[in-house]
Amino acid sequence: MVEFTLPKNSRPDPGAGRHYAAPGGAVRPRTFRVYRFDPASGARPRVDSYELDMASCGPMVLDALLKIKNEIDPTLSLRRSCREGICGSCAMNINGVNTLACTQSCAELGGGEVRIYPLPHLPVVKDLVADLGNFYAQYAAVKPWLQARTPVSPDRERLQSKEDQEKIDRPSACILCACCSTSCPSYWWNGDRYLGPAALLAAYRWIVDSRDEATGERLDALNDPFRLYRCHTIMNCTEACPKDLNPARAIADIKRLMLERQH
Amino acid sequence: MHERPLSPHLSIYRFMYTMALSILHRITGVWMAFGLCALVYWLMSAAAGEAQYGRATVLLGSAPARIVLLLWLAAFCYHFANGLRHLAWDAGLGLERRAARLSGRIVLALALLAFLGTAYLLFCPRAGFA
Repeated sequence: MVEFTLPKNSRPDPGAGRHYAAPGGAVRPRTFRVYRFDPASGARPRVDSYELDMASCGPMVLDALLKIKNEIDPTLSLRRSCREGICGSCAMNINGVNTLACTQSCAELGGGEVRIYPLPHLPVVKDLVADLGNFYAQYAAVKPWLQARTPVSPDRERLQSKEDQEKIDRPSACILCACCSTSCPSYWWNGDRYLGPAALLAAYRWIVDSRDEATGERLDALNDPFRLYRCHTIMNCTEACPKDLNPARAIADIKRLMLERQH
Repeated sequence: MHERPLSPHLSIYRFMYTMALSILHRITGVWMAFGLCALVYWLMSAAAGEAQYGRATVLLGSAPARIVLLLWLAAFCYHFANGLRHLAWDAGLGLERRAARLSGRIVLALALLAFLGTAYLLFCPRAGFA
């Protein structure tokens, strides 16, 4: 359902935001405005602002968030793990665009405030931690595993040519951070029925895998006005992907395969 | 535990060229659907006889109607150009990030040129069909 505005309980309370001033003698102060929601209090979300001295802060947005958590406000919650763009945990909306906090440098955001929100249009568990349950269920729904019926003797591998491997090289590099799906307006409005770019990229990865023998069933499962065809080639997904993958192309290719098999 | 709020979306996402051009395509499409009604009215008036056709021509030639007609023309120019972009995408062309950015600019430029050119021909007495 298209709903341009947030439900009442979800609108950040403009009067409730707290301000943490820069420490005295800060060399390069910079303000970080961070979305906060505390499930224990039940109060509306708010946006807190923290002034950090960038002279004593690491270069990435994740460094800034951890500095806030370690030195200013330990109640701030966020997911993070690898700090090198391979786990996908610290995906969030930074200055209006979804990306990984660990690979987004503060300097490249230009000057001025840095605005940090959880991934868009998801239920918020706490602060920057959003509920990805539906996202993972959609990933599971495309059966992201090899389906082959032809028996192969246990001492042999399922071989594939270099060219066939190259078809799945890029799509396999997806880290399921959800930056793409939660950047997609179509996914915002129809996330309950539209699978979204990440799940469709995963579906594509198995559809074009030369070793997979369930291509027909996979296409059947996607042949639905919502699951696949809510993609209107807006291209927000490809713009947002922090791994430089191209879900929009994968979806367009699935649509073409769908047409081709009718002839 | 309290009910989970929905994280902000439209209000915080950067309004990028991607979604701007996409929503413009949708808006111009809906707007042209109204234009179709005006076209049908004009054709029906022609079928209804000289008097009705004359009245319709006066009505559609009035200043406010001309402004609306110009808006329809602009919508058509953009929708047509961006429609070609969508056709290319559906054929698997231009889906890379850089290509999509470039084609967005080209579509805007083409639409503007087509609009200004046609509007000039239509509304400048000595230039075209007016």
